[in-house]
Amino acid sequence: MATIKLVDITHTYVKGRVETPALRGINLTFEEGCPSALLGPSGCGKTTLLNILSGLLIPSSGRVYFDDVDVTDLPTEERNIAQVFQFPVVYDSMNVYGNLAFPLKNRKVPHREVDQRVREVACLLDLIDDLDSGPRSLPAGKRQLLALGRGLVREDTSVILLDEPMTQIDVHQRWFLRRELSKVQSRLNITMIYVTHDQYEALTFAEKVVVMNDGLVVQEGTPEELYRNPQHPFVGYFIGTPGMNLMECRLEGNRLELPGFTKSISKALAEKLKKHGAQFKLGVRPEYVHCDTRKHEGWFPLTVTIVEDRGEFQIITLQGDGSSLKSQMPSTLQVTEGQQMWVNFLEEKVKVYKNDQAIV
Amino acid sequence: MKTRVIWFLLPALLLMSVSAFLPVMTVLNYSLHVLFAGSIPKYIGLENYKAAMHTEPFVKAIGRQFIYTLEILLLEIPLGLALAMTLPKKGIFVGLVLVLLGIPLLIPWNVVGIIWRLFIRADIGVLPEAFKRIGVAYSVEKAHPAWWTVIAMDVWHWTPLVTLLCYAGLRAIPQEFYQAARVDSASKFATFRYVTLPKLKHVMIIAVLLRSMDSFKVYSEPFILTAGGPGTTTELLSLFVSRQAIGAFNLGLSSAFSLIYFIIVLVMCYVLYVTMTQIGERR
Repeated sequence: MATIKLVDITHTYVKGRVETPALRGINLTFEEGCPSALLGPSGCGKTTLLNILSGLLIPSSGRVYFDDVDVTDLPTEERNIAQVFQFPVVYDSMNVYGNLAFPLKNRKVPHREVDQRVREVACLLDLIDDLDSGPRSLPAGKRQLLALGRGLVREDTSVILLDEPMTQIDVHQRWFLRRELSKVQSRLNITMIYVTHDQYEALTFAEKVVVMNDGLVVQEGTPEELYRNPQHPFVGYFIGTPGMNLMECRLEGNRLELPGFTKSISKALAEKLKKHGAQFKLGVRPEYVHCDTRKHEGWFPLTVTIVEDRGEFQIITLQGDGSSLKSQMPSTLQVTEGQQMWVNFLEEKVKVYKNDQAIV
Repeated sequence: MKTRVIWFLLPALLLMSVSAFLPVMTVLNYSLHVLFAGSIPKYIGLENYKAAMHTEPFVKAIGRQFIYTLEILLLEIPLGLALAMTLPKKGIFVGLVLVLLGIPLLIPWNVVGIIWRLFIRADIGVLPEAFKRIGVAYSVEKAHPAWWTVIAMDVWHWTPLVTLLCYAGLRAIPQEFYQAARVDSASKFATFRYVTLPKLKHVMIIAVLLRSMDSFKVYSEPFILTAGGPGTTTELLSLFVSRQAIGAFNLGLSSAFSLIYFIIVLVMCYVLYVTMTQIGERR
């Protein structure tokens, strides 16, 4: 296992005269033995970054280090990585045993050692009873595990790259595969990088999540940090279901003027904000937006436009004059669409952004 | 409702019966009789079939046909696959190469025969001249050169089909498999053996079956090139049967030859059909 370090990585795809920048200066470290995730929407550059890690692409500039060894120009074969793809990539013409033994045989490992390693890994992945069967007869989740197993049989694997491994796995199998992945991770303590656009997968799998957007790392941190303390409006919006409410606002004395309503704030907060100017972006998570049918002091009136029942709770979309706000409330609250509600949120729960940087 | 369906089917069925069913039945009827052109037919059961299977030239032609099919398969399949693997994968040359490859497939079969007749002419042909320069005697008047010239013509004509099929098959293999093989440090040969070949299996089965069926039906090219000669050394099954039917007057026996030939092709069609549907099920 190795610590993976990316230094000043940029990459631009050139096709004819058209240049498409995919990565715009990435500096990242993936610690040894840490399950990490690269999270971002389609086109954010995460696949490009993965290809740079796997050796499929050489970055336009910047270096890649595996344990202080510069591997930027090394081909895939010499990097000692393992990769799990969007769909299970297994060798159909070999049985499960043959698949697991394949990487070792290619490296001319002695037979006895091959046999021992294959059985160890098969035990770990619960594939021991399937060693003689063909991969086609296995369910998709197990085939994906088999693909992972080919990375685990080698003892010198530096990192395991998982490229949206759940994409083609059905829901039931996903649960199984997720549990197996966590088990493997906790037993072997290996460096894993899980690439996905699915926040749920990233947040449940990884200890460290790197959120990417538009070729840049927007924020990295534990799932908890990303959720509680999004440093960039994109992170707030992208993580959470539904994402953070984001609104433009203006500071006027001790009040924040938002489109459609005004929110009074404490003097301390107003002083703090004043240093940065008057125009801000305000973010608040739906679960901190409270609404009630009765009027309270300092609360503001908005109209309910959509009510989505999610079982235990409901997501209420509220509309003011030019603003839209989502609120998560218990299902016990009686709401109908078109109704007027009184809405408020605590200023301690609010994030304020200036030029896409969190200042509060 | 059901009766109305019949009315819609009737034109197609009528056409089919006139174009396919009636002729085959007529030939079947002929094959069960002693029948010379102009004489009164006499029913003799399967006697014509027994006679056919004891006709040495016919049995030899069947054997020759199987050897021919086997040899062209052994040449065309590996050669087609090798060509497909060397073709460019992307860029401006892809279209050009595919069109060039398609040219032999677009030439009418008898024209292919004529082209090759020009190749082998003693006075202006490219083949005799080429062999003369490397010091090898070559003449289609001799059995072996004639046989291998017919084989070479088939390879020239039909290898592009195998190449195009394999090329399509190769393009359909997801790149992830090759990336995985690289991750697993697989050698070039191991990648070919464990990724490319298994993924091409279905396409290869189709190529083999198409080529074996078509090679059984080959007629115009060898007819124009050698007309089965010298002697009967390049007389394939179709050449033999047509010569019997057109040249001879024993229509009963000729019909038996035709039907045996027909059954061989039919069995091969059946194998093709079964294999292709099984491929569909397995997926």
